[in-house]
Amino acid sequence: MSKKYLIKNGMVIFPDSNIEELMDILIVDKKIQLLGKNIENSEATVVDAAGCYVVPGLIDMHVHLREPGQEYKEDIVTGTRAAAAGGFTSIACMPNTDPVVDSPEIVQFLMNKIKTSAKVKVYPIGSITKNLEGKQLSEMGLMFSSGAVAFSDDGKYVHNSEVMKNALLYSRTLGVPLISHSEDPFLVEDGEMNEGYYSTILGLKGIPAVAEEIAIARDILLARYYGPVHIAHVSTKNAVEMIRKAKQEGVPITAETAPHYFWFTDEDVKTYNTNFKMKPPLRTKEDKDALIEGLKDGTIDVIATDHAPHSIDEKLCEFRLAAFGIIGLETALSATITKLYYENNLPLPLIFQKLTCNPARILNLRSGTIIAGEYADITIIDINKVYTVSEKHFYSKSHNSPFLGIELKGKVVYTFVDGAMVFSKNKVH
Amino acid sequence: MPLSTKDLIGLRTLSKKDLEFILSQAVYFKEVLSRPIKQVPALRGKTIVNLFCEPSTRTRCSFDMAIKNLSASALTVSVNTSSVTKGESLLDTVKNLEAMGVDAFIIRHSMGGVPKFIADHSNIPIINAGDGFCEHPTQALLDIFTMQEEKGYLKGKKVVILGDIKHSRVARSNIWGLKKLGCDVVVCGPPTLIPEEIEKTGVKVCYNLQEALADADFINVLRIQMERQRVGLFPSAREYHSLFGINRKTLKYAKKDVTILHPGPINRGVEITSEIADGPYNVILHQVTNGIAIRMAVLFLLLTKRNKGQTT
Repeated sequence: MSKKYLIKNGMVIFPDSNIEELMDILIVDKKIQLLGKNIENSEATVVDAAGCYVVPGLIDMHVHLREPGQEYKEDIVTGTRAAAAGGFTSIACMPNTDPVVDSPEIVQFLMNKIKTSAKVKVYPIGSITKNLEGKQLSEMGLMFSSGAVAFSDDGKYVHNSEVMKNALLYSRTLGVPLISHSEDPFLVEDGEMNEGYYSTILGLKGIPAVAEEIAIARDILLARYYGPVHIAHVSTKNAVEMIRKAKQEGVPITAETAPHYFWFTDEDVKTYNTNFKMKPPLRTKEDKDALIEGLKDGTIDVIATDHAPHSIDEKLCEFRLAAFGIIGLETALSATITKLYYENNLPLPLIFQKLTCNPARILNLRSGTIIAGEYADITIIDINKVYTVSEKHFYSKSHNSPFLGIELKGKVVYTFVDGAMVFSKNKVH
Repeated sequence: MPLSTKDLIGLRTLSKKDLEFILSQAVYFKEVLSRPIKQVPALRGKTIVNLFCEPSTRTRCSFDMAIKNLSASALTVSVNTSSVTKGESLLDTVKNLEAMGVDAFIIRHSMGGVPKFIADHSNIPIINAGDGFCEHPTQALLDIFTMQEEKGYLKGKKVVILGDIKHSRVARSNIWGLKKLGCDVVVCGPPTLIPEEIEKTGVKVCYNLQEALADADFINVLRIQMERQRVGLFPSAREYHSLFGINRKTLKYAKKDVTILHPGPINRGVEITSEIADGPYNVILHQVTNGIAIRMAVLFLLLTKRNKGQTT
């Protein structure tokens, strides 16, 4: 029998019903046994949450764990420890590994590895096409039976619209979403950063906003005809507007963005710091503001990290040669609270919808809420805690974060996964 | 008065004061170049690395000459940059050479931002000899020096930079330098070869050659690289020449005493006809000579700059 915990005096946020209320939570045998005011239990270890917010365990639907094949960047152990430290109790991992997660055998390999070594819940995402080549469909049915929760060729756009159409039709029976990395490869080409004034003066090859928007426009049309599409990492103003309009017209489309897109702009690239290099690239202030507006009005459903670890050698080099992507699991929550709650006054329940029940709904996960009788995935947050991001605190194997040296407000104090305390006192257990 | 910078990365970040100081110093070295013996002992005992990670003849030779004229030793290193995983990283190469005791790096690279990246990780002066399509500061300095020689002063003069602005480091460095000196700068070329939001640097954009050249004091004609045609940025060399080429007919649009510059190498018959390139308005070979004087000035000023706590 696992340990009993009594979380006392925390402000509990129920994102799905938009309520926050001072409550106690009793965790017994992995589950939330009781939820209410002034709960007493002499056997339980008391967790003092006074002054803190108690939220459903966070869910990140866009993570690169790099296993199998690129364990020098990250692996299931370090990636899930980073997740626990960041308050995430469930993460979905992208299939662009080596080999690609495009068969039930590799999903099974991941499921076994997850069972023995993951600190938090991990849900594999299978590829849409074999080896991410955009040609032949992967065995989605068999991967689904083995545990895949969604499909994506993340990192690549399924550029052949016929293939994407068939993937959408075929996956209908599974009831899982296809996640699109929407960027037109011809317009991106070997681009390095957002196309605009800064690419011009820095002499770097530009990636125009239209590269993303043209791809999203097609995905919206395909979703309208053939079935749900989730757009990964939205970064431009026009993309937000197109998704907003599509949703109003009833197109089955959902969307995510990442904290770096509502934090930074292409101006931040001006020191050639490769921790500001990712795909899609950082855009302009106007785009950043539109993303915040889209989060506010519900156009953007999810905040995901696109946690993309890379070794120091892949980042400490010429900008052109540096790998695309940055880590995010350990800074996402603090960055989100700082920017959206403190600087833009988004209400906390709304913010946590994007980090809990919305991704759970999209991926059909049985988590993302706090309900008596359910598994106790819970994150406790001190929103007043101020700290400076430093690589010495990272659990991730890689340190490629644009937030290094930045002061953030709001920090995870406890993370519970299935009733087990996996993170407390700034340590993963 | 020393320079306020350790490196010469670009004219965007160079102060106006430093820019003018380099130009005035180059006047002295230009005089040296007219002597029968062109060598001065200014940098005797110094070793300067010519780190060329992109093919270059003219710029490399020019720096080589400048180094020799200053009595310093040149160490030429060519590096293949195609891959980050194969072989030693550029940063390691630089750190090794620095550990050997070299005194400065001149870096030419096909990728924008590399000199800045190296400068951020090195304690000795870094001189940018052209990085991708970011900057080519010594080229712009020699262009400006040549323009000053021609017209005496530059404030209020109209300079047209013509051609492939998008992929030109020379254009960018010229824009930064000329704007600092108060010129009216117009960039002209087909829209596919004009980079995004270039107007924000303070230049005017013009797609019509006749309009662009009206009242021009200077035309800086850029080299058209034919590989741009292959990727569809313009349809053909002859169409380019008919719309944007400098020839006897189109030259009439400019001022009578217009001065024509070209950073070389020239694509004769494409961006400019031989008749004009070799004609009375051009200062193309003066540019080449002045390049030595400018590079001597840059090397001299950066390598004799005394850092805090350093003794001679």
